[in-house]
Amino acid sequence: MLLQAIAFYVFAFVVMASAAMVVVSRNPVYSVLFLILAFFNAAALMLLIGAEFIAMILIIVYVGAVAVLFLFVVMMLDINVTRLREGFLKYLPVGALIGIVLFCEIMLGLGVFGSGTATLGELGKAAPQVVAITNTRAIGQVLYTQYFYLFQVAGLVLLVAMIGAIVLTLRRRPGVRRQRISEQLYRPKEQAITVVKVPTGGGVS
Amino acid sequence: MIGLGQYLFVAGVLFTLGILGIFLNRKNVIVLLMCVELMLLAVNINLVAFSIFQGNVVGQVFAMLVLTVAAAEAAIGLAILVVYFRNRGTIEVEDIDALKG
Repeated sequence: MLLQAIAFYVFAFVVMASAAMVVVSRNPVYSVLFLILAFFNAAALMLLIGAEFIAMILIIVYVGAVAVLFLFVVMMLDINVTRLREGFLKYLPVGALIGIVLFCEIMLGLGVFGSGTATLGELGKAAPQVVAITNTRAIGQVLYTQYFYLFQVAGLVLLVAMIGAIVLTLRRRPGVRRQRISEQLYRPKEQAITVVKVPTGGGVS
Repeated sequence: MIGLGQYLFVAGVLFTLGILGIFLNRKNVIVLLMCVELMLLAVNINLVAFSIFQGNVVGQVFAMLVLTVAAAEAAIGLAILVVYFRNRGTIEVEDIDALKG
């Protein structure tokens, strides 16, 4: 239990510190790398309380797909890093004010929630854990039965996102020579070859 | 002992940092998108923590839906960003005023 507490505090500290570094980092590449660190530690936080499936999915989806996508775009776009930092201090007061207010509100909500004056049913009390089946199996038992439509809608969202991304970034550049196989195949014989009468000893000009 | 409150605190801090990043980075749309991802991560931590401490697995199902939406949002957002950079040659937030908003 003590080891779990120590692990929680280490992971939680790294998550919060790397999230702060994402915000204040000077170079967008460093921001992406700190984002990856935050995702890893958040997955570790979820592992600590026994949500293995979501933790692994988090690593696969966020680190494997989203963060790499960010990294590609950051490195592909030729952006001026020093110009990007201008105005950081200008917006710091209002941003800090809004952040502090929001943080105080969230913590106030947590305090009210913890003190029991505003509880939603029986929240907060650790329900008896069913340890007979694994976490993945428990998710699968409801995901493929009760929430099957939600599962399919998630797939549809991904399909629409994929098509949208392709349609947005596809471009036809004029002046690029590329092989058009269908045109080659459908070219009639008359365009392809010409029969020339070659006189004896004359050759073809 | 680690309880629900600690997880909610971490999620709250993450969400606040995401909001703060959106306000502070007025130049770089990529960092803005990363801050949105941070906020979605905070939401996921909240969902999973409530799900575990309540013993109800449905929260994790919804966390998966949030994850799906986050991936789709990142893909579309970055695609829009690439097209915008190709057309305008900049990704500064303050320059994006074609709609006069």
